[in-house]
Amino acid sequence: MITPLGLAIAWLLARRDWLGKSIVETLVSLPLVMPPVATGLILLKIFGRRGPIGGFLHDQLNVDVIFTWRAVLLALGVMSLPLLVRSARVAFEEVNPRFEQIARTLGAGNWRVFFTITVPLAARGILAGMILAFARALGEFGATIMIAGNIPGKTSTLSLAIFQDVQLGDDSHAFRLLGVSVVLAFTAVWFSEFLLRRRKTK
Amino acid sequence: MSLLLKNISLPLEHFTLKVDVAVRSRITAIFGPSGAGKTSLLDLIAGLRHAQSAFIQLDDRVLTDTAKGLSVPPHERGIGYVPQDLALFPHLSVRQNLLYGCKSNGTSNPLFAFEHVAEVLEIQPLISRGVTELSGGEKQRVALARALLASPRLLLLDEPLASLDAPLKAKIIPYLTRIRDEFRIPMLYVTHDRLEALALADEIVVLVNGRALQTGPVLDVFNRPASADVAKFVGMETLQPGNITEVNEGLATVKIRDVTLTALAPDTTAREVFVCIRGEDVTLEQATAPASSVRNRLTARVVALRTEGALVRVELDAGFPLFALITRPACTELALREGESITALVKAPAIHLVPR
Repeated sequence: MITPLGLAIAWLLARRDWLGKSIVETLVSLPLVMPPVATGLILLKIFGRRGPIGGFLHDQLNVDVIFTWRAVLLALGVMSLPLLVRSARVAFEEVNPRFEQIARTLGAGNWRVFFTITVPLAARGILAGMILAFARALGEFGATIMIAGNIPGKTSTLSLAIFQDVQLGDDSHAFRLLGVSVVLAFTAVWFSEFLLRRRKTK
Repeated sequence: MSLLLKNISLPLEHFTLKVDVAVRSRITAIFGPSGAGKTSLLDLIAGLRHAQSAFIQLDDRVLTDTAKGLSVPPHERGIGYVPQDLALFPHLSVRQNLLYGCKSNGTSNPLFAFEHVAEVLEIQPLISRGVTELSGGEKQRVALARALLASPRLLLLDEPLASLDAPLKAKIIPYLTRIRDEFRIPMLYVTHDRLEALALADEIVVLVNGRALQTGPVLDVFNRPASADVAKFVGMETLQPGNITEVNEGLATVKIRDVTLTALAPDTTAREVFVCIRGEDVTLEQATAPASSVRNRLTARVVALRTEGALVRVELDAGFPLFALITRPACTELALREGESITALVKAPAIHLVPR
């Protein structure tokens, strides 16, 4: 879900110069460095009912974020975005701009160039970034528990549920969930390797 | 075709590209040493780069006018561009590369039919291959075809032969002349090789250090450089149209006006050629001298002498204008003076024949 936004930011960072670029650059990468719980606290303050964005959403659109499934998405998105952006940005920077320029002289507009030249040539880096981001989201704990809580059936993620089961002594359920996470992780990594291999031989 | 480049100014690393020329011929060579700003100029025309100031008009359409803040985006310019590195898209097949431009211009009525282009450039056997499986010359032809299939109104070629070795060059040149003759598309042809310029171009723009030093028909510029800078670069040599009258055992008999010369036969079957002789390759001796192995002995009259450093440039009338470069002591020894008769010797291998 964060891929379009992540790619847009990565492309802007790689190909354009604009005011405040270094600030956005730093902000995007911040969740990588900060303790997840601290990031969660910041999000809690911003998106809480009395926070600047959360307040607006609650008053105007009647949408609550904190302690709902939206908070889970928000936390996972913010935490995993830097991984996608960083690796996609490098991938974009490695695409020879000459290809894009010549595509334009062949009559392709910006969007067509982006989707038919830039993205395919950067595909490996983008894919690697998506896998990393996915992995991060799967394991994310700190920020999620801060702003989504751990409401069973509502805002419980795999990691949160395993932690909770172990805390409650329900080891067999924890192991079942562990199995699920192993299968998920294995499938994701295997699929990415498969895609990479296919690109290489093509 | 008319291409107007007015008031162009683009700061580059070592100098500012400043050009003010109008181009009218079918094939115009942008001729200059590497680093003269040739590629930057093409980028400007294609709209890939933005100048400090520029006015660019192709036929009746203004493409760039910085004074009015106008710049047509590259994909709407209808200008084909074959860059030096060709930029064939590595993730697409040859066919997809070729069709890239046809798709995007959206017309069902391209300027040049796919089959026609494929036939002229002989790329049918390559179409189902991957780009990485092509040889240098094949890549070159695919890149040319791809640019043509986008139906451009002007083709920009950046040193299309620079990366090829001599035999391959000789093979690609006919394709370029075919494009010129079959599709009648105007081209700007960037090169630093005068034989290429001579073989292909009608007009030439000499670009050195970002300045267009001279513009005009190729022969005029090569034979009558406007300044010492141009002369230094185009290497002021003897350059005359001639006709091959006979080819025998690898030797060609070529006639310039009434003078007959012997040269090595060129690879082409063309009969109409440019005869090129470098000044250093012309030997002078007193009018009466014993026979030697040199094939071409011409009786000539000294028209003018000009000292250039350690050398003297001798302009001769040998039935056609002939230039010799000799050392100053040699000039003194021969007691050369304007109006005197002398014998000029040119070895057959020193005479280059370039098809015209």
